[in-house]
Amino acid sequence: MSKLRPTGEATPRTDPLVPGADALSGRLRRAPENFLTPDEIGQVGKGRRDFLRASFLAAAGATAAATLGGRNAAAATADAAGDPDILNPTPWGSSLGQPVAANPYGLPSKHERGLVRRQSPGLTQVAAASVSFAPLQGLFGIITPSGLHFERHHQGWQDIDPTRHRLMINGSRPEFVKTPRVYTMDDIMRLPPVSRMHFIECGANTGMEWGNVAVPTVQYTHGMLSCSEFTGVPLRTLLEYCGADLKAAKFILAEGGDGSSMTRTIPIELVLSGEVMVAYGQNGEMLRPENGYPLRLVVPGVQGVSWVKWLRRIEVGDRPYAAKDEAVHYIDLMPDGQHRQYTSIQECKSVITSPSGGQTLLDKGFFTISGLAWSGRGAIKRVDVSVDGGINWTQATLQTPVLSKCLTRFTLPWNWDGRPALLQSRAMDETGFVQPAYGQLRAVRGTRSIYHNNAIQTWQVAESGDVNNVQIL
Amino acid sequence: MSRSCKAALLASAFGAMLAWTAPVLADGPSSVGRPASPAELKAWDIDVGPDFSGLPKGSGTVSRGMEIWEEKCASCHGTFGESNSVFNPLVGGTTAEDIKTGHVAALKRTDFPARTTFMKVASVSTLYDYIRRAMPWNAPKSLSDDDVYAVLAYLLNLAEIVPDDFTLTDATIRDVQQRMPNRNGMTTAHALWPGLDFPGMAAKPDTANAVCMTNCKPKAELASQLPEHARGAHGNIAEQNRVIGPVRGQRTGPDTAAAEAPSPALALAEKSGCLSCHAVDTRIVGPSYSEIAARYRGKNNAEALVSKVKAGGEGSWGAVPMPPQDDLSIDDAKTLVAWILSGAPQK
Ligand code: HEC
Ligand code: HEC
Repeated sequence: MSKLRPTGEATPRTDPLVPGADALSGRLRRAPENFLTPDEIGQVGKGRRDFLRASFLAAAGATAAATLGGRNAAAATADAAGDPDILNPTPWGSSLGQPVAANPYGLPSKHERGLVRRQSPGLTQVAAASVSFAPLQGLFGIITPSGLHFERHHQGWQDIDPTRHRLMINGSRPEFVKTPRVYTMDDIMRLPPVSRMHFIECGANTGMEWGNVAVPTVQYTHGMLSCSEFTGVPLRTLLEYCGADLKAAKFILAEGGDGSSMTRTIPIELVLSGEVMVAYGQNGEMLRPENGYPLRLVVPGVQGVSWVKWLRRIEVGDRPYAAKDEAVHYIDLMPDGQHRQYTSIQECKSVITSPSGGQTLLDKGFFTISGLAWSGRGAIKRVDVSVDGGINWTQATLQTPVLSKCLTRFTLPWNWDGRPALLQSRAMDETGFVQPAYGQLRAVRGTRSIYHNNAIQTWQVAESGDVNNVQIL
Repeated sequence: MSRSCKAALLASAFGAMLAWTAPVLADGPSSVGRPASPAELKAWDIDVGPDFSGLPKGSGTVSRGMEIWEEKCASCHGTFGESNSVFNPLVGGTTAEDIKTGHVAALKRTDFPARTTFMKVASVSTLYDYIRRAMPWNAPKSLSDDDVYAVLAYLLNLAEIVPDDFTLTDATIRDVQQRMPNRNGMTTAHALWPGLDFPGMAAKPDTANAVCMTNCKPKAELASQLPEHARGAHGNIAEQNRVIGPVRGQRTGPDTAAAEAPSPALALAEKSGCLSCHAVDTRIVGPSYSEIAARYRGKNNAEALVSKVKAGGEGSWGAVPMPPQDDLSIDDAKTLVAWILSGAPQK
């Protein structure tokens, strides 16, 4: 059996320090839930775990003292026999809750307020030409809640009036689209829709880490990554409706309707594959304004900048366009001083999201290592995980569904023995391409490329339980 | 063929049939939408390609460009296009030798501090196209085609690509292309383009890792670790993680949840987009809020400022205008002005 497999619950079921502990699960003692103060978490960080037991007792005692003189004296005596949150009435179990539609558009629990999009201080000079990162450290499965989808704007975001939004389709030469057409949202939403799940990753994701470790958590190393179900019309179908000459066409230009009127060149091959779509739906509702409401391009497998938001125009052409964001930015500097232009595919990549940088493991024992894998060239075939910095590997389990150009969630049970560990994940896609190590990537691309860093990420677990961002070549 | 296979085939054929016979509009889906008028095409089809297709006729001189630059661009990009305060520097890092070779030599140097726009861009069309569609940042598409020629002529002059007496036109721009310092600096020889139509396009990715499972290397050496000073640079990570689960976030700063909540006026300013041009202590596009508070202290002109915020305008602080705030209610404008005049407190 692999040494990564859990060896079973190690904690004894009886403990002389806790009265009646044999009646409780071992887990309760090990994770005393919310009553860990920041100081106590600090103590975990310093390697002191025995206090957890003490703090559990203290909390039980304090509750007992508080209720002693009250009407619930019976419960108070019982407190010493167990968890006060079981033995005593809870506020939510002993009162009337909120009415329906108190939040007409539902909000996450107030206890989840820390898991929000965040900027990386100093990364950009102004917030309207900047990035906010998705909190990958706290997300489950593969779908990113729309309100946590990462943001990248070049000229601020707009909340466009959908009744005034138009999509125009034309040709760079008249013969490519003989009759250029205009669509309203009413028109587009009448056409037969498709819904598909795809990841979107900014070409500059992990860009801060090309040269060395720079940021503390997976939110900042990998958080320009999200995944949604998108609903819309395949661009190929739309172009066919317009009578576009798809034989003469080699490239298309997509253009936004915001202040930047962002443009990007898309290869006709991707359009012809039927994958590129003009989308208005995201996770069952309309796109969020930050993500291009009411219409954006979805270009599966390709970096986010090509997924033009607030899409207002598609031009069919026969040469690339050298738009600002493919001639000045989103070009990858190589060691010889040349820039690779029109780099677009997001190659196979993965990252462990739990445990990950900036976190602390609360105790030794059983954990589930969990992370995300994706590839711009298709479906994920396998993910391997190492806990010794890449010397030995074990194949992880892929959660279903495993879809093409979509995030795939992997997990692996792990029994942490309390010794330092180096966690890595390594993904392979259906083309057989295996995610590279930092050494392999830098050997060909140097350290100044900014874009398309898909190297294997390492999280170092210290004896204290602290998890830190490190790099291994 | 097995029975189940046949059944599957039949089912998929039936599925396909269903798709085709699903209710469609009387004239089919290609009747949805309508033809674009020539005027509509002219209004929106503004892209200019590297072969100069789509380039409008027109011209502009370096000296006219300087006037436009100083009025509409310098506040963000600096007098010489060198500013780093709102965006990366546009100009600098190129030499006369680069103009000859078409390769910016500084790009090979790992010690070179910046990568300016002119060090990177290979195609002059890109700059014409982009300035016309997106600049000035706070008033995109407000320049005439001739103004775009002029301001681009000035930028090319700042980058020492054209002389002081140069006139950029739809004809001379082709000669300028031959002097772009990094015109030979791009390659499409890579495997990251999902199409077929570029020269040198590589079929194979440039890295080739393998699935090794045991004893893959003698030891795991750390090449880099998070520098100590970076640990607290992203706020308190404890607050960026759940309060439940197998892990907690490390405490890397003070608890902000426990501290006072940010002022609602600050949130309103953020929401209303004021903060992309104004900061409390530093000038961005507009004056800093502390400057504004200092200038009007004891002057009792809140009402005038409310109108100014609503209507926009220029001249009090410089030539750069503040755009009108049509969507801002009078009440919100009053709240914001009162807050600014009280020094824009964060809490
Ligand atoms: C309010 C501030 C502001 C003003 C005024 C402004 N710009 Fe900009 N400019 C920016 C920002 C911010 C960007 C980067 C936008 C992005 O991230 O896509 C930019 C980008 C550019 C770029 C592309 C540079 C690159 O490397 O991507 C050019 C060229 C440019 N501006 C020219 C101009 C000109 C010409 C004017 C005057 C007509 C002007 N700008 C006025 C803020 C401004
Ligand atoms: C696109 C940039 C921009 C935005 C957005 C912006 N401002 Fe301004 N603001 C300016 C500029 C530029 C000036 C200086 C105008 C002048 O010189 O008269 C200014 C001036 C001001 C002044 C001083 C006016 C005076 O006459 O002294 C106030 C008050 C002010 N802004 C408040 C706001 C508020 C409140 C918001 C948000 C609702 C806002 N601004 C949004 C650019 C901006």
